[in-house]
Amino acid sequence: MDHILSVLVFFPAVAALLGFVVSKDSIRAYGISVALIEFLLSIWLWMSFDGGYPGMQFVEMLPLIPSFGISYYLGVDGISLFIVILSTFITLIGLIALSVKNDIKNMIISLLFLEMTMVGVFVSLDAIVFYVFWELSLVPMLYIIGAWGGNLRIYAAVKFFLYTFAGSLIMLVGMLVMAYLYYQATGVWSFSITEWHRLILPMNYQIWLFVAFFIGLAIKVPMFPFHTWLPYAHGQAPTIGSIILAAVLLKMGTYGLVRLPLPMFPDASVYMITPVAVLSLIMIIYTAMVAYAQEDMKQVVAYSSISHMGVIVLGTFAMNPEGISGSVFFMLSHGIVSGALFMLVGVIYDRRQTKLMSEFGGLAKVMPRYATIMGIMVMASVGLPLTMSFVGEFLSLVGFYQVSPVMTILAGTSIILGAVYMLSLYRKSFFGEVVHEKNRDLEDLNGKESMALWSLVLVTVWLGIYPKPVLGPINNSVESLVSFMHEKSITDEAKKVIKPTVIEREAE
Amino acid sequence: MLEPISVSLESLNLGTLAPMLVAIGGGLGILIIDLIKRDLDKSLYVMLSVLVLFVDLGIVLGLQAGERGFFDIMLIDGVAILSQIVILAASMLFIPLALTSKRFHEFSYPEFFALFLFMVAGFQFMVATDNLILIFVGLETASLALYTLIALHNREKSFEAAVKYFIMGALAAGFYVMGAMILYALTGSVEIYKIEEVLIAGDYANLTILFVGFAFLIAALGFKLSMVPFHTWTPDVYEGASAALAGYMSIVPKIAGFVVAMRIFEFMIHSDVIWLRDVLYVVIVLTMTLPNIMALVQRDVKRMLAFSSVSHAGFAMAAIMIGTTAANSALFLYWTLFLFTNLGAFTMLWISRHKESRWHIRYDHPYEKFSGMIQIMPVGAVLMALFMLSLAGVPPFSVFWGKLYLMSEAVNNDYIILALIMAINSAISAYYYLKLIVYMFLKSPEENDGTIYMKNASRPLQTIIGLSVILTVFAVLGVEPMMDVITAYIKVSGF
Repeated sequence: MDHILSVLVFFPAVAALLGFVVSKDSIRAYGISVALIEFLLSIWLWMSFDGGYPGMQFVEMLPLIPSFGISYYLGVDGISLFIVILSTFITLIGLIALSVKNDIKNMIISLLFLEMTMVGVFVSLDAIVFYVFWELSLVPMLYIIGAWGGNLRIYAAVKFFLYTFAGSLIMLVGMLVMAYLYYQATGVWSFSITEWHRLILPMNYQIWLFVAFFIGLAIKVPMFPFHTWLPYAHGQAPTIGSIILAAVLLKMGTYGLVRLPLPMFPDASVYMITPVAVLSLIMIIYTAMVAYAQEDMKQVVAYSSISHMGVIVLGTFAMNPEGISGSVFFMLSHGIVSGALFMLVGVIYDRRQTKLMSEFGGLAKVMPRYATIMGIMVMASVGLPLTMSFVGEFLSLVGFYQVSPVMTILAGTSIILGAVYMLSLYRKSFFGEVVHEKNRDLEDLNGKESMALWSLVLVTVWLGIYPKPVLGPINNSVESLVSFMHEKSITDEAKKVIKPTVIEREAE
Repeated sequence: MLEPISVSLESLNLGTLAPMLVAIGGGLGILIIDLIKRDLDKSLYVMLSVLVLFVDLGIVLGLQAGERGFFDIMLIDGVAILSQIVILAASMLFIPLALTSKRFHEFSYPEFFALFLFMVAGFQFMVATDNLILIFVGLETASLALYTLIALHNREKSFEAAVKYFIMGALAAGFYVMGAMILYALTGSVEIYKIEEVLIAGDYANLTILFVGFAFLIAALGFKLSMVPFHTWTPDVYEGASAALAGYMSIVPKIAGFVVAMRIFEFMIHSDVIWLRDVLYVVIVLTMTLPNIMALVQRDVKRMLAFSSVSHAGFAMAAIMIGTTAANSALFLYWTLFLFTNLGAFTMLWISRHKESRWHIRYDHPYEKFSGMIQIMPVGAVLMALFMLSLAGVPPFSVFWGKLYLMSEAVNNDYIILALIMAINSAISAYYYLKLIVYMFLKSPEENDGTIYMKNASRPLQTIIGLSVILTVFAVLGVEPMMDVITAYIKVSGF
């Protein structure tokens, strides 16, 4: 199976095109079947993946514009493998729990197109192909937010599109400069990311290019102060839109950080640790405080999601295997947990058409199954041990502790603040007496919701207790990445900060 | 007694004139057919025009680069051949748009098609010479024919547009003649390569006068290429002209203008006299930015596309300022790819042409007209969205690759700031292209049974749209071979 990645990328797109023919009544079953096949394909990818080998696997290469060095170049390593599986998994779960009623055919076709772009971003190793999928992912999302969203949906959708589009154009200029520098160094054009990794650049180039790439990626993450589009997008998007956005689309930014600027500009990355860390800290603490002030459940979840993304960025910039592996793992757990939380908010919104916490109270009595899952996910979001988030958050912070203990402790407040706002959300909505008459006879989770949510719970707990099957391959690739960065860096400072091997190994 | 003039026929090298003669002959032929038998159907004339252009294209493809002819005023170099190919291909794609299902009276006149062919011949003359006088003759032939074609659309707005365009064109012609005159006064020649030689030999003496001369030429070409601040006629003329002709105007006169600008300005850009480059830099940045901002507030899609095409022209002019072979190749690539998309976008407007003014007293294609199109005519909405995304530069659609090459050339020649300005402008432009997508996909439809979008559609028009979609979506596969051909032609002509 040499072309499994191409199949994985284009299967949903082909399915989406064929979906135009499928009748409206059966489109839902069609969408779920397609997503299931795609998910099984990605599991097959995992099974045939060699977890011990840190480099790129299943590589495909086909020159598109050879004279300009653009080729269709795909591959996965431990870092991207699980994000691909996350994308297919979340799409499947989202489709199972889909509660949209109107224009369902358009919705499912857009979701399948979106799945193509998501998988495409994570497996492409050519900068232009990466950029193509990156930009294309905006289009279905624009439609999903704009067509099925709340009252301000058009504003939110356009804001989402323009923000990301503007940022990525700056990144495109950075890519062109990078390609030109590569051309000057080698005499051939290439947009291959793995080739770019091998290029050693002088410091001043590194810093400017780092900034160009960072702006494009930071808007997607979204880093403070570029985060303002996200609360709007989440606030207005339909449930499925928020799930995909939080669980997968934001990961494109953090994944991009690991794949592009870090190995390409190790010295600049080290030089930028402090500013980036300060931005992340602001993001962690400020958005956590904002989350506490929200009255709308979905906004609480949205801001908490931004806050946790800060920890991911912080872990990435720890520049050591623990931090980066932790942050990659945290991307996965953030995807699962925030996806689940948005889905849970969607469940209650479908029943009451409101997301205000003041409208609820005592839900634990009316909807016990719902309250149970919400409880587990709130705990997971807070970072309770034995859940998936704990592993990621802990490793990220441990990694960054080696860089700056003070900042790590400040970042650790995210756990405390997270506990404050998430538990108060839970208390306000689920405990106490049932105040509103309307809430008395709310229907508990139905079959498809339970199925979707319980599978998320299962993954959260499974990987919380035994993360090794996932963490192992991630760690292998990250270690080779870090030692590569260590070799490549030119300044002493960077050599010191980027610690390739763990201490035990040095003692051997 | 005067010596009898004896010029051998061979030294005239009439082959260089053959393409234009075919177009002119074709136009005359159409008029003669009308004399013999009246009231023939427009489909005959359309197909005859396409065939004439096809023969024309065949002859152009057979030309060898690096020839001169007809008392050495014709110049067939790579750029001449390349731009003629683009002009002819675009004309062949646009003229079938006359085959509408509604009856428009201009297409029932054979004169329309004769004028169209004369115009094509004019543009061909314009690009296939480096003689300032012949450039002028070609320019005026083409422009006068074009004014008439616009006016033939027989609405109040079209007359206004034609007159406006005519007056602006006359002013531009005046500027052009003044500029050419000053260059002639300085160098004693009207041939660009001789002007270049004399100026270099004289080490650019009389800088002030030279500046005035080039200022006139920039203004003249600025009018033709609708560069800021000479762009004000563009939206009104586009609005008045039929969508088919507006689309044509956004492509063909521009490419002819670019070639002339390349010939006139290129050697100055490469000289030590840097003010010309600085002036062009400012003009280009303004041309990219200002129309973009004005396009944001337009209420009519055709006017929006007019402003957007001005901005695209600014992008392409940047290549002339950068001035390397690769940059000039990128210009042709950009414009060809832009042709694919713009053809589709304007044809989409053209098939929805309707007579009554239902949404707006003044505009034919206000945004409101496309409200909720996805629910009424999903295929049409998706195609239109595709063209808008391509224009906005969303990959992997055609215009993106043009932008990629252009921005890459800017970066390669140390114009990083220019590349960033291009990037920011692309982001701004995304807003107004998105506005149409927002109307089509995200707003709910008004009372509308969908026939309005297809009022003017016919099989040939749908074929054109289909072709345009294929070219737009699969452009990436064509970039490499196109770039090979373009670079080869540009290299031979030394730009």
